[in-house]
Amino acid sequence: MQKILIANRGEIALRIIKTCKALGIETVAIYSEADEGMPFVIEADQAFLIGPPPVNQSYLNVEKIIQIALAEKVDAIHPGYGFLSENADFARKIHAAGIIFIGPNPDTIEKMGDKIISRQTMEKAGVPIVPGSHSGVVTVEAALALAETYGYPIMLKASGGGGGIGMVRCETEQALKSAFTSTKSRAKAYFGSDEVFVEKCIEGSRHIEVQIFGDDKGQIVSLFERDCSIQRRHQKVIEESPSPSLSMKTREKMLETAIKAGEAVGYKNAGTVEFIVDADENFYFLEMNTRLQVEHPVTEQITGIDLVEWQIGIAKGKELPLKQSEIKSVGHAMEFRLYAEDPVTFMPSPGTISQLKWGNPDGVRIDYGYVEGSKVTPFYDPMIAKCIITGENREETLQKAAQFFEELEISGIKTNAPLFVEILDDQDFSKGQYTTDFLKNKSLMKKQ
Amino acid sequence: MKEIVANMAGTVLNVLVAKGDEITAGQEVLVLESMKMEIPIESNQGGKVAELKVNIGDFVNEGDSLLVLE
Repeated sequence: MQKILIANRGEIALRIIKTCKALGIETVAIYSEADEGMPFVIEADQAFLIGPPPVNQSYLNVEKIIQIALAEKVDAIHPGYGFLSENADFARKIHAAGIIFIGPNPDTIEKMGDKIISRQTMEKAGVPIVPGSHSGVVTVEAALALAETYGYPIMLKASGGGGGIGMVRCETEQALKSAFTSTKSRAKAYFGSDEVFVEKCIEGSRHIEVQIFGDDKGQIVSLFERDCSIQRRHQKVIEESPSPSLSMKTREKMLETAIKAGEAVGYKNAGTVEFIVDADENFYFLEMNTRLQVEHPVTEQITGIDLVEWQIGIAKGKELPLKQSEIKSVGHAMEFRLYAEDPVTFMPSPGTISQLKWGNPDGVRIDYGYVEGSKVTPFYDPMIAKCIITGENREETLQKAAQFFEELEISGIKTNAPLFVEILDDQDFSKGQYTTDFLKNKSLMKKQ
Repeated sequence: MKEIVANMAGTVLNVLVAKGDEITAGQEVLVLESMKMEIPIESNQGGKVAELKVNIGDFVNEGDSLLVLE
């Protein structure tokens, strides 16, 4: 493999370029008019303008991307996360063009992309799933009947959804009635299918996921868990590994279950099995992400493994470089997603970053997409950088993180950095006692 | 002529009112998507919708007119 096209932007494009450079692989970037001059465009060996800023005219333009890949004679395409990374048709078209898609088989992507089919697949494999409907719910009456069985609150979810989009928590019958039609029409607009289903709402839960890797030979290993419970609007803000709350016994069971989930679909390449964990440590399959995860650096920091390097190796047909017994978790790592947004309302804050000075870099890895002077546009997600802090243990990691965010200087746009300072100062967070309701329940940043 | 303008740049995700509708102050009239987030736009005044200036899928800049009230 000598040349890879990266069908993505921002920090993840830059992250992939970094490994490619280390491996002596040439990189081809694509970029929209809004991303001209961005660090990933400059760092790639070649960069091609693909179109105007809106994603459907640029980063989602399958034909154009494949056209560039063929013209540049690339060996493979890395989709990163988001955009086309979980689009089975994109993967199929790449294969058809004689190019390697760095990811799992298109059929696996398709299967896991459909929430109802993935639930059915996992249930059949003996992986516990959240109690809920076994197929799509067509009428509001059927939804109400199911909700009656499981008890309110319930979650109404789009079968094609993901990434926190297309799901609504319904507290009452009335709420479910009013959410049913709007969720269906939104699902249709967003995901092209109006299929929805009902799940029991697991209260006071944690969101813990397991990184897995599979190869052509059918070997599957786990690279431990990541606790991703600190969220806003069902989207992750902080992730860490090891999970500060999970018992050893449950952790082991969860890692085994994730491997079982991977085996059920003959998983190949990097994937993540997401679980929801209740207060009694019962855990249920939530979804499987068939791509590199945003928070993969947390796993890289504790295992010392370069996940992108593994992805490339496996895409080439190589075997997994390590056996399960050779994969170790050492120390503690925590990732903070620095977003261009108001720290109180979480409203987006696009604009130009007039000043950006990172804090003490000791034990800190920064996967950035923007630099001082960069413009954060409203077209894409608001993530400026991921700040990954590593320590010998959780306590040391928290100390380093607190110092880092105290010293961080960023201006021109609003960011959630002040929120991190408060979270790091919170007693419950320090003790590792938090659920996905943490940011909702705490009145952080709202005291004044 | 009274108009409602976009308070931030984004793509029009949904238009919740139609020409001729009577709307009240505080009512959600439109949903914008910016940076992967849905932002409901509320009317800061009441009145009858005289004209819709945008369609679903349009990109608007901060300050652009979204709809006009009679």
